[in-house]
Amino acid sequence: MKLLMKLGIKPKTYAQQKAMWGFIYVLPWLIGFIFFFFIPLMSSIRYSLSSIQANANGMIIDFIGIGNYVEALTVNTSFNRSLIESIVDMVVNVPLIVIFSLFLAVLLNQKFFGRSLARAVFFLPVILASGVILSLESTSLIQAVNEQNAGNSVVISFELQKIMLQSGVSETIVMYLTGAVDRIYEIVSLSGVQILIFLAGIQNISPQLYEASKMEGATGYESFWKITFPMVSPLIFTNLIYTIIDSFSRNTLTDLIRETGFTQFNFGLSSAMAWIYFLCIAIILLISTFLISKRIFYHE
Amino acid sequence: MVFAKLLSIEIWKKWLWSFVRYTLIIGLSFVILYPILQKISTAIKHKSDLYSPIVIWIPQNYSFDNFKQVIQIMDYWVTLLNTFALSSMTTLLTAISCALAGYGFARLKFKGSNLLFAGVILTILVPPTTILIPIYLNLKDFTLMGIIPLLTGKSVNLLNSYWPFILTSLTANSLKAGLYIFIFRQFFRGIPKEIEEAAYIDGAGIGKTFTRIMLPNAIPALITVTIFSFVWQWNDSFYTTTYLTSSKVMSTQLSSLPYNLAIQLEGGATSKVDPFYQSMVQDTGILLAMLPLIIIYLFVQRYFVESIERTGIVG
Repeated sequence: MKLLMKLGIKPKTYAQQKAMWGFIYVLPWLIGFIFFFFIPLMSSIRYSLSSIQANANGMIIDFIGIGNYVEALTVNTSFNRSLIESIVDMVVNVPLIVIFSLFLAVLLNQKFFGRSLARAVFFLPVILASGVILSLESTSLIQAVNEQNAGNSVVISFELQKIMLQSGVSETIVMYLTGAVDRIYEIVSLSGVQILIFLAGIQNISPQLYEASKMEGATGYESFWKITFPMVSPLIFTNLIYTIIDSFSRNTLTDLIRETGFTQFNFGLSSAMAWIYFLCIAIILLISTFLISKRIFYHE
Repeated sequence: MVFAKLLSIEIWKKWLWSFVRYTLIIGLSFVILYPILQKISTAIKHKSDLYSPIVIWIPQNYSFDNFKQVIQIMDYWVTLLNTFALSSMTTLLTAISCALAGYGFARLKFKGSNLLFAGVILTILVPPTTILIPIYLNLKDFTLMGIIPLLTGKSVNLLNSYWPFILTSLTANSLKAGLYIFIFRQFFRGIPKEIEEAAYIDGAGIGKTFTRIMLPNAIPALITVTIFSFVWQWNDSFYTTTYLTSSKVMSTQLSSLPYNLAIQLEGGATSKVDPFYQSMVQDTGILLAMLPLIIIYLFVQRYFVESIERTGIVG
């Protein structure tokens, strides 16, 4: 402050100071944003619209219009398939993960013996199921063989399938649910962060609401649908967005984009793929925001 | 009286629910713990037990051969030290820079700060794959807007060094940094304004208010961000395999473990190695890579769960 005064700058009001310091606090991020996000983002658009020749003297970038996009969508053999695969995976998994984590958060919030132990176990996937461990896990041969030998998961969901079909549940729903039972490990391991978010939300609901409804004679089932569910509905939205982004952070398409870029050195095509991919995510996010945001209940 | 209680449907319902709840929780806990138990059991087996039909969980011949092998192939202790250094460094820098940015966005509003915050949201939404190639090329010939070539005559190659990690985490743009800024901002917004004003009236400047008053109040958010950032950096293979191709950190060593094993056993041909044995060694490798995290988690999990409940990611 004294230094500024010496330099002939007048002392500022509290609000002005705050604004100035605010800019200084945000500055490191802003520099990083420009250098490691914004400029790369712009060059990525440029690359995606050009053909790139790399040689000893550097890179030659020729503008070729939307050629790379056309190539990605029509010529490349695996792009369309990977793209659709990852979108279908997302559409199948995201509702399951969100519902499952809400259910578990409600369960873990109840008082029972061994609750803290159960919580510790359920948040373990946040730590373990990320990055390289998850990708190696899926290729573990020993585990695959052991599961084959045990064979129980298949049998159980088969029986379940039979029972549900006989009781007249629609076939698509049955397939979806039994599929979920078979993929239970995947779903559990992807829902750690979501459980945490829901749990935080549930604990913020004031206990008076539950007390009052209990006095009026509401059952646990009713109080879930009339109190817990509306109160956490903003978090359902948060979790939905988080799960969509999370599910897009690693899949076959990401691998394909990287491979095209770093082993075939086709930077232009790779950037075009990445942009198509981002546009798909953006559209999905917009649709889900549109569908969900009307139904959210905000308690203010 | 006792009979009436025993017959009342309420009690039965309570017991039934409690039973269902335990079944579910124990079952799901088993699903989560199963791969870890499996790995422990595989890791302490001797090679000869692999094909033995009577061995499922408890091995007949215990051995630490797998561990010895993996520790040697992965150069485990050096790798552990490197990974630890890298993760704690990025965690520290990320926590500082994200806390500053989060506070700036939450409390020190200036012209255009909302627009910049939209930028933060954009960094969360755009998948890292989209901008990977330009960043890679940029780091390969790092010029810092032409300043470095002016001084030394040519650009520097920052790949295969820790510099990409230092620079991105120093400027709050490392792995998932947007999410951390968001958490901090939400948390700082939840702290009453009066505390801040009181500190100001007592003569504290904005810097002092931040470090002495706001930061100590934000410990839950700090813990959450620290743990997430440490763990995700530890497990990250996306950036480490791009920036640090030949350096010894956990995730690169882990993903190249099968090849290294093959080289050691058969002189290079992956196909000749017994795939079961390879898988066994790999499982041991994963176990060893996870072990430090699990140990840390055992110590901090209580604070972690408690803190996240109070972080107010709630929105």
